[in-house]
Amino acid sequence: MNRIAVIDYGMGNLHSVAKALEHVGSQLGQQTEVLVTPDPQLIQSADRVIFPGVGAIRDCMAEIIRLGVGDIVREAIATKPVFAICVGMQALMSRSQENGGVDCLGLIDGEVRFFGDELKDAAGQKLKVPHMGWNEVEQLGEHPMWEGIADRSRFYFVHSYYLAHDAQSAARGVIGASHYGAEVAAAIARPNLFATQFHPEKSQEAGLTLLRNFLQWDGQA
Amino acid sequence: MGLAKRIIPCLDCENGRVVKGVQFLDIRDAGDPVEVAKRYCDAGADEITFLDITASHEGRETTVHTVEAIASQVFIPLTVGGGIRTLEDIRTMLNAGADKVGINTAAVTNPDFVRAAAERFGSQCIVVAIDAKRVSSENEEPRWEIFTHGGRKPTGLDAIEWARKMVAYGAGEILLTSMDKDGTKSGFDLELNRAVSRAVPVPIIASGGVGNLQHLADGVLEGEADAVLAASIFHFQEYTIGEAKDYMAQRGIEVRLV
Repeated sequence: MNRIAVIDYGMGNLHSVAKALEHVGSQLGQQTEVLVTPDPQLIQSADRVIFPGVGAIRDCMAEIIRLGVGDIVREAIATKPVFAICVGMQALMSRSQENGGVDCLGLIDGEVRFFGDELKDAAGQKLKVPHMGWNEVEQLGEHPMWEGIADRSRFYFVHSYYLAHDAQSAARGVIGASHYGAEVAAAIARPNLFATQFHPEKSQEAGLTLLRNFLQWDGQA
Repeated sequence: MGLAKRIIPCLDCENGRVVKGVQFLDIRDAGDPVEVAKRYCDAGADEITFLDITASHEGRETTVHTVEAIASQVFIPLTVGGGIRTLEDIRTMLNAGADKVGINTAAVTNPDFVRAAAERFGSQCIVVAIDAKRVSSENEEPRWEIFTHGGRKPTGLDAIEWARKMVAYGAGEILLTSMDKDGTKSGFDLELNRAVSRAVPVPIIASGGVGNLQHLADGVLEGEADAVLAASIFHFQEYTIGEAKDYMAQRGIEVRLV
């Protein structure tokens, strides 16, 4: 039995990620139990943990702090594989510029920034914000989570704030990058932690493969 | 290479069945939205839009179950529109598995609803649907007005100004339908689309009038749309999603090829 806890701290729709996990679990012929829960004990007893996030960072962090989710996530990463998605990934950073500046969990050093009102592509064309839709993710290194996923596969993104792919990327464990008027850190891999700015549960085959890999991942590089 | 332009098939549903006709040669039940959505997803659709035209309260219950069924089998973004009037409606659809909701008439009758919805659920899931009709005469500067009730009821609101206002209120995306073009198969109102796309920072989904693949490409290249929505050309298998993407790629548009 593979027990996956999806941390429910009241922010947004967790149905999609739960359904996608159940789907890939059955593809693996695995007994998979997906629990969408705020209960620290259930999360503690799970084999794997999903740390989702959607909406504005201020509201997310307020609930994370109120429900003590930071400690739950820290504890989980110390003992088992954790997958942080979208605002879940952003919440791991030190800080976000969103909502006038919000302190985040600080598990990874770095600031989440706004794409800006004057975002342009290489040809000087104005780009829309949010960054919404399917973009290519360049794999920056080999990793068991990339198994079976072609380099530069497209994943579904929707966000207006991002972590830059820059000189600190290696130290942060950035393992996937995308380009959207700026260099975007699309995925981070550290011991027992995989985090993506994109939504694997909305990214059809590429995303489902990533989730399938997560169900089998031992947390090591 | 960067972000792909999206192709979004739209399913119009009533009491849990696809209406406006869907014909597939090798599909068991062409009226079943779950089967149709799955099929489009497998064919490479970038998102699915589910437009509920059910009037009755009982029918709405069916819609929720349909959305649940689609969401447990289709792993691409799903937008649900039609009859979204309250925060509770939005919560119900998101809980059923929708990723975004389309707000149309309720935005016109109560713009603050859009603000409240974006504040509560985040702009990323609030799509404001705008039905616009050209009201300028031929030698005038083009001007479009917002219409409700399927294009029958004028509101006096200027489409460009309205789009700006909706984005200021928190819309994360605009679904822009030309009421002049809808159902004509003569192509999008490219001028309208371009004007709105340039007026707001958020993505625009062009809708209304698609009759062939060239129209889809024109929507992106000339209408400056970020996504194109179509129903009948896909429902009647005039073109597959794959053909649409191949054609757009040939015209130099970046698309997600599967």
